[in-house]
Amino acid sequence: MTPAIRIDSVTKHYGAFQALAGVSLEVAQGEFFGLLGPNGAGKTTLISSLAGLTRPSSGTLEVMGHDVVTDYRRARMKFGVVPQELVFDPFFSVRELLRIQSGYFGIARNEEWIDEVLDNLDLLPKANANMRTLSGGMKRRVLVAQALVHRPPVIVLDEPTAGVDVELRQGLWQFIRKLNRDGHTIVLTTHYLEEAETLCGRIAMLKAGKIVALDSTRALLKQFASHSLRVRVTDADAALAVGGVIEDGSWVTFGFDAYADVEQLLARLREAGAGVEEIQIGEPDLERVFVEVMNRA
Amino acid sequence: MPDRESERFSPWIGFRTLFYKEVLRFWKVGFQTVAAPVLNAVLFLLIFSHVLDRHVTVYGDISYTTFLVPGLIMMSLLQNAFANSSSSLIQSKITGNIIFVLLPPISYREFFTAYVTASVLRGLMVGVGVWLVAAPFVDLPMAHPLWVLMFAVLGGAILGSFGVIAGIWADKFDQLSAFQNFLIMPLTMLSGVFYSIHSLPGLWQSISHVNPFFFMIDGFRYGFFGQSDVSPWLSLAVVGACFVLLSALTLSMLARGYKLRN
Repeated sequence: MTPAIRIDSVTKHYGAFQALAGVSLEVAQGEFFGLLGPNGAGKTTLISSLAGLTRPSSGTLEVMGHDVVTDYRRARMKFGVVPQELVFDPFFSVRELLRIQSGYFGIARNEEWIDEVLDNLDLLPKANANMRTLSGGMKRRVLVAQALVHRPPVIVLDEPTAGVDVELRQGLWQFIRKLNRDGHTIVLTTHYLEEAETLCGRIAMLKAGKIVALDSTRALLKQFASHSLRVRVTDADAALAVGGVIEDGSWVTFGFDAYADVEQLLARLREAGAGVEEIQIGEPDLERVFVEVMNRA
Repeated sequence: MPDRESERFSPWIGFRTLFYKEVLRFWKVGFQTVAAPVLNAVLFLLIFSHVLDRHVTVYGDISYTTFLVPGLIMMSLLQNAFANSSSSLIQSKITGNIIFVLLPPISYREFFTAYVTASVLRGLMVGVGVWLVAAPFVDLPMAHPLWVLMFAVLGGAILGSFGVIAGIWADKFDQLSAFQNFLIMPLTMLSGVFYSIHSLPGLWQSISHVNPFFFMIDGFRYGFFGQSDVSPWLSLAVVGACFVLLSALTLSMLARGYKLRN
């Protein structure tokens, strides 16, 4: 099956600065894919290259098998972007904007779908309000609606929940999950790593324009992050001999891979003379994976 | 399947929508974009005609006020055609909403045509406004209506195209206003809007002949009076060449994505 996105050896230079240094990547149709990295890693440049907003210095990018430069009309018809910046046209109402955006994609009559999108994003009561009068959260929803007016099979959300309240965030993810279940490919960039961990089946991590990790979320968690055992002990110095790290005062943290290791750790602490007063077990999370990967790269 | 809808694309609808958006944008602030320039031109007409009408006649027996009206119509048309595309683009660039036009599958030719056509329309609306307001007070002949229309559309298209260049090139409003105040305004003011170049000394007559705005206004005026400072065919050739050159330059900038698709 044609991949939803295919990126092959893409570089992008801005003078001496290299924003993308030979990125290659494929995203399969129907995936919920995460693109993570620190600020300046090249995420937005990569998305802009896919959207035709930036021209790569070399390499090729395809959306649903269509080259974004040589076959840009078909590629853009299949691509929807929710931009990172909260941009809007102050001259128009929400419905006017969505009608105009539909027209840009060659769709003259799109009222039914516009209503459905507005309804799903709880924007129907604001359909005739001018963009200037909307709150930041509402404007963010309109950006999502604009990206969906032409029913693109591939949707990219560039930090869609930055500065968004919990209620909207939950509603937004519910809707995006529904789109994913309906067959849309979703690519997400976010700094909220718990969102990426919950939603994304596969993740790529970028650093300085290069992919430094690319695998399923589960595999990344397994590969890079271990469970943690936090123990409050009677004698922290004694616990250090077992290999832990003192966090604060009498709390010491140990890493472990399997739950069977916990029993051994506790036995060794007893032998070392560090009495155990309290225990906490932490699951591996993407934040630890991210920090580990970025430190290694 | 989610991509069934996205198989179809009509370039005509894309162009038409961008044109409609550009028209709606200026129409929503019509007092500022249409009514104010008309008032401005009418004030020029009142002041200059009051001061000069009894002292000056042009082309033999044409009163100064009658002579002035086509020049003011064309000046307003040109300035507003430039203002439309340039202000729309720089606003979109500064606020960031230009991406809504750049993300869809609209080609650079459709982009160019939509912005320039909307600019021509605004220019024509302002021009017709000045004409309608002046009509009850001035008996303005119309010797060759097609020449009037031709120069109005070509002039508007040249300035609309120039506005696209300025809007793309400028990074801030200050740079755009430099275009307007140091280029467009002097070239229109010194193009024969307020006088026939035959009334100028020899050197200034020669300088006027390198100002393309002079040919736009002189050709346009020929359509009304059947008389002009230079041959209307020469004006048409100069104006036509300017249109082709500026359009080619604008299209080349858009095709390269200059300052739009970095």
